[in-house]
Amino acid sequence: MAKLKSVEELEALRKKIVSQRDPKKTCITICSGTGCHAHGSEKVAAAFREEIARRDLASEVDFRVTGCHGFCEQGPLVVIKPDNVFYPGVKTRDVPAIIVNARDKNIIQRLLFTDQKTGEKITYEHDVPFYKKQKRLVFGNNGLIDPAVIEDYIAVGGYAALARALFGMKPDAVIEEVTRAGLRGRGGGGFPTGVKWSTTRNAPGEPKYLICNADEGDPGAYMDRSLVEGNPHSVLEGMIIGAYAMGSHEGFVYVRNEYPLAVKNMQTAIEAAEKRGLLGKNILGSGFDFSVRINRGGGAFICGESTALMASLEGQVGEPRAKYVHTAVEGLWGKPTNLNNVETWANVPLIINNGADWYSQIGTRNSKGTKIFSLVGKIKNTGLVEVPMGITLREIIYEIGGGIPGGKKFKAVQTGGPSGGVIPESHLDLTVDFDELTKVGSMMGSGGMIVMDEDTCMVDMAKYFVSFLEGESCGKCLPCREGLQRMREILDRITEGEGRNSDIRFLEELSATLMETSLCALGSTAPNPVLSTIRYFRKEYEAHIRDKKCPAGVCKKLKRAAAVK
Amino acid sequence: MLVPVLQDIQAEFRYLPREALEAVSRGLKIPLTRVYSVATFFKAFSLTPRGRHQVNVCLGTACHVRGAVNVLEKMQKALKVKEGGTTKDMAFSLDTVNCVGACALGPIVIVDENYHGQMNADKVEKVLENYT
Repeated sequence: MAKLKSVEELEALRKKIVSQRDPKKTCITICSGTGCHAHGSEKVAAAFREEIARRDLASEVDFRVTGCHGFCEQGPLVVIKPDNVFYPGVKTRDVPAIIVNARDKNIIQRLLFTDQKTGEKITYEHDVPFYKKQKRLVFGNNGLIDPAVIEDYIAVGGYAALARALFGMKPDAVIEEVTRAGLRGRGGGGFPTGVKWSTTRNAPGEPKYLICNADEGDPGAYMDRSLVEGNPHSVLEGMIIGAYAMGSHEGFVYVRNEYPLAVKNMQTAIEAAEKRGLLGKNILGSGFDFSVRINRGGGAFICGESTALMASLEGQVGEPRAKYVHTAVEGLWGKPTNLNNVETWANVPLIINNGADWYSQIGTRNSKGTKIFSLVGKIKNTGLVEVPMGITLREIIYEIGGGIPGGKKFKAVQTGGPSGGVIPESHLDLTVDFDELTKVGSMMGSGGMIVMDEDTCMVDMAKYFVSFLEGESCGKCLPCREGLQRMREILDRITEGEGRNSDIRFLEELSATLMETSLCALGSTAPNPVLSTIRYFRKEYEAHIRDKKCPAGVCKKLKRAAAVK
Repeated sequence: MLVPVLQDIQAEFRYLPREALEAVSRGLKIPLTRVYSVATFFKAFSLTPRGRHQVNVCLGTACHVRGAVNVLEKMQKALKVKEGGTTKDMAFSLDTVNCVGACALGPIVIVDENYHGQMNADKVEKVLENYT
């Protein structure tokens, strides 16, 4: 396989691939994301392959495993192309019927999705309420491609943005476009990406490094995993464009240890891109070199923090350092290093292909584009949702998420992981936006959105987050190392019936100390879950302390009480 | 280089033997204290042998909200080990993990590479039976 040496060759290849595919031919696709895997999708996929071969139907019916479709609650997900007939929860025994009916363009009514509100059967994927309000710009291609097949990515327009950037734009123009688009970091910090790129480009020193942060440590958040597993080329393409813009020739994808499939699929993508001359030396014959390596994490949440991540890449323990000097100026091995989150990188080809003007029309004034959230917890439609910034929490939870299962009452939604806060019912009409979420005491974070109902104890949730962070604290700085332990001890006492009247004030004082004096954001944002639960659910704390009661019935050592009015 | 090398050793031996760490120190020209420092910092590494089957109970937020703590408690009772421990017959090691990204199936327990979803305390014994 010869490497592509020009844009013309890439476009010729794209044309050839597309011409060899009949867009009208029936194609059975099945989601191969980890969520569907856990539902048994591998067995179903194997059954499809065997049955199609057994019936000798390959000339009439194609079969493809694809990246994550997002509707994890209903896996294994099968979508019949080109019409997008949607079959959720497919079992191996359904396979023969699906194949035969797909070939004949028939629809199997009993396998269709049933709308729980109306009782209607829904035939097409785009009509399913879960998908209707989404804007799947970044995630959409997951359902069209087999992540292990680069030709699939090229067929849907992959690497066109790279070609445009390399041959049609100067590096500064690329940065200008990303800046004008208003892209902000999707890992949690929300820092303007264009500014970071510009700082890296202008920083003195060689070589410059690029990092893709796929450490995704926030419990309950798995958007990045599904992007790396489901469409690794979109992330790679973004990185190569960024490398060109900033003058970097070496990049790393730091993937969390707990994501073996993501590591495998990204490795396959890197090798495929290198074979085609889209990565490595002399990319597309442009003379620009950029190579990427994968590094696996060691199971430390703190390594999602940029300086800790870089320390672990250097073979040190994952301890952060103070950021008086940004890593864009002095990062990995003291050299200028640009670190961005997976989803941030995946947005880049979109911006270069469609332009900053198009991108900045989506979203709100200060938060452009879309955001992928993992909608989990006490929610009917668990899964990954991509929505435009500016949509309300209520729309996400009720119209996309389907509301709370079991007829239970909504209590709060937690965003921003262990660094974020809870948002109660009174704020459900809040628009999703970096600044709006911060105003109410939470934050956008990496995208975890955990829904809680009347059976969730808010004090227990505060204890959960503090315990998590206590375990993950690197131990370098005193406020975090000692402060989190003290906070957890107080929360232990409160949830075990030994709370004291001074405890809430004490928690607030400790919180202030951590916020002001911690070395890194793990410590300084650790108080957020505690402070926001006190802010909105103070009565619940008081019930635990004064009345020795847990209104939600969770804290085992306290008696269940009637709901606190 | 250090972390990937340790990861390979952990995968091969199911723990990091002292002799291996000394060899790493010599081979990579890194002081043994630093090798130990890194080996004890990351959760992925173990200085004592792990069991034949690795049981991971997810305690991510979504699983927690759906009752993962009860699953962990039952698992500890069933295996007679605490979190982080290994059974006397070296069959099982029990650990917790914070989110494996299969939240729709929570609470989830992963044994080796097998995902067991929608867990509750009552299902624990049955899951373990698959591996004995």
